[in-house]
Amino acid sequence: MFRKVFSRHLEGLSSSDVVVTPRIYRSLRRKITALMLITATLPLAIMAALNYYEYQKALSREIQNPLRVIVNKAKNSFELFLAERTSAVGFIAQAYTFKELADDKDLARILKILQTEYVGFVDIGLINDKGELVNYVGPYALKGHNYAEQTWFNEVRVKGRYISDVFMGFRKFPHVVVAVRHTLDSGEPFIVRATLDTHQFDKIIVAMGLEPGSDALLLNRAGILQTSSQRFGKVLDTFSLPMPPPTFEATVLQQQDAEGEDIFLAYTYFPESDFVLAAIKPKAQMLRTWYTVRGDLVFIFCAGVLAVFVASYKITDLLLRRMREAEEQRELALRQVEHAQKLSSIGRLAAGVAHEINNPLAVINEKTGLMRDLIDLREDFPDKERYLQLIDSVLKTVIRCRDITRRMLGFARRLDVSLEELDLNDVLQETSGFLTQEALHRKIELSLTLDANAPRIVSDRGQLQQVFLNILNNALAAVPDAGRIDVCTRGDGEGVCVEVRDNGCGMSKDTLTCIFEPFFTTKKTKGTGLGLSITYGIVKRLGGEISVESEVDKGTVFTLCFPKHPKHEA
Amino acid sequence: MRIHDVNILLVDDEKEFTATLAERMALRGLRVRCAYSGEEALKQIATEKPDVVIMDVMMPGLKGLDILRHLKATNPEIQVILLTGQAGTRDGMEGMKLGAFDYLLKPLELDALLAKIAEAAAIGGKAQ
Repeated sequence: MFRKVFSRHLEGLSSSDVVVTPRIYRSLRRKITALMLITATLPLAIMAALNYYEYQKALSREIQNPLRVIVNKAKNSFELFLAERTSAVGFIAQAYTFKELADDKDLARILKILQTEYVGFVDIGLINDKGELVNYVGPYALKGHNYAEQTWFNEVRVKGRYISDVFMGFRKFPHVVVAVRHTLDSGEPFIVRATLDTHQFDKIIVAMGLEPGSDALLLNRAGILQTSSQRFGKVLDTFSLPMPPPTFEATVLQQQDAEGEDIFLAYTYFPESDFVLAAIKPKAQMLRTWYTVRGDLVFIFCAGVLAVFVASYKITDLLLRRMREAEEQRELALRQVEHAQKLSSIGRLAAGVAHEINNPLAVINEKTGLMRDLIDLREDFPDKERYLQLIDSVLKTVIRCRDITRRMLGFARRLDVSLEELDLNDVLQETSGFLTQEALHRKIELSLTLDANAPRIVSDRGQLQQVFLNILNNALAAVPDAGRIDVCTRGDGEGVCVEVRDNGCGMSKDTLTCIFEPFFTTKKTKGTGLGLSITYGIVKRLGGEISVESEVDKGTVFTLCFPKHPKHEA
Repeated sequence: MRIHDVNILLVDDEKEFTATLAERMALRGLRVRCAYSGEEALKQIATEKPDVVIMDVMMPGLKGLDILRHLKATNPEIQVILLTGQAGTRDGMEGMKLGAFDYLLKPLELDALLAKIAEAAAIGGKAQ
């Protein structure tokens, strides 16, 4: 599948026949970058997402477990506390006779011992089977009160033990009643009832060691608060959240509180009594670690994506630049081959034409020559001078034609290069010598900066002269009067480079691309358009390179490089 | 050998050129004959041996270089001046290698040709 995707999107890379235009480069760049981004970031994104959820789950478990443990511990403390109190009351009921308990003094003593040994006892009372409070020691004046009609009385008679919900008692302290039934040997039951203040409940809750912002509270099954809390009200207020489903295992629920804040609710029901212990922790607080981790995760992901993006962009850039360079080189090579082919075919054509014209020219030349000979021989030829003038003019024209054809042939011929070892500087000096007169006349500064250490090269003196004459002539034509032409040579181990720089009118880009083409001229009627193309041909034949840079109105630089030894020519 | 004694054979398929050039040379008192093809040239050489042959390289039929080769094999003392319409071609150089005295480019200047003939004749004369 990937192969298909690749081949579809990257076909521009492999098809060498298509000329790759900038538009295709742009679309290629887009495609490659997108492809790299997708292949690199997709796994990254999947990994990040998986990590995110797994980590969140694990962390959530990690956070909930301690909460569950704390709730379980506190529940045990509560149960222990209540069991202790209940068994103390039960012990009293069994250890003392009804008669002893009915005695005021004895009961007062028992309460005192209780209050010493166990924290939290407020009062103690003895109730007979009819529900009458037979004896009572404590802050209330309850003696004689009848409890027969109350539900708790019936419950304790049936179950043997009873622990009440919290209620507001003496001095506005919340209290809990513990009642234990005992049956006398006579078969008559009686009940010992004691009241506990719930100060101890608060102590147990404090001992849970909850962080600020968290809350723990004791409820009854009806949802009435049995202890005070920070955020859910005072004792005997109604719990603001719905009661969770009953379970005796510590359980953690994720829900929202009355203000819509996410919380963890850890709770457990008491199997032996009607109490429910609940601990509430805001989720935000518990998940602070998680948020830090999540921040790191997001940061790493974003940084990763950014890195991938930058890397893919850079790689694409590099790739495309290489491609473009290769493409340009290929085009350049093609153009050169094309140019060379054009030159050679034009050369063959020119040679043919020149040859064909030379023969008729020769005929004209001889006929006219004969005419002159004949007229010369006749002393009395009428208008002799006039005829001779005309004939001379014809002969001159023939010579002109001959020069033209010779130039064309010169352009075309397979050069018989006569190689010799020479100093390029000498050739330049010699050649520029031809032009000093014109330069002087037009006040043009023609300066030669010659590298005396330039190596001698093997080349053709005459051809080189023609080349430099051509280039310098062009430069002279380009610069205005009082202009400037700098010629400098630079030698290295490979050969010699000549730079001809003028501050003339320069050339446009369009012109630049054509200057080496045969018959291309900017001199309108004055030029043949062969000069630079001949120059080009000669330089190539001598194994050299010619290049040109130009800027309109700034000037032109021709750079010619010749090797020490011309390569073997084809 | 004086130039007027030189026996010249002019070979070119371009009749107008050959005849006119021959006439001009005759006007100057030179002994000159014409041949309008390679084959005819060989016949003429067989009947009367020239001192100097002036010959176009490019001709239909027998080419100038073929005749040159033949002449150098049979009559090396005959000097050959080649004419060519193409400057600096291989033909010219080839001809020189084969032993031609020189080669001239068409259209040519008569005085230059006469000078060459004189030189060639001088060498030929020494050779004889």
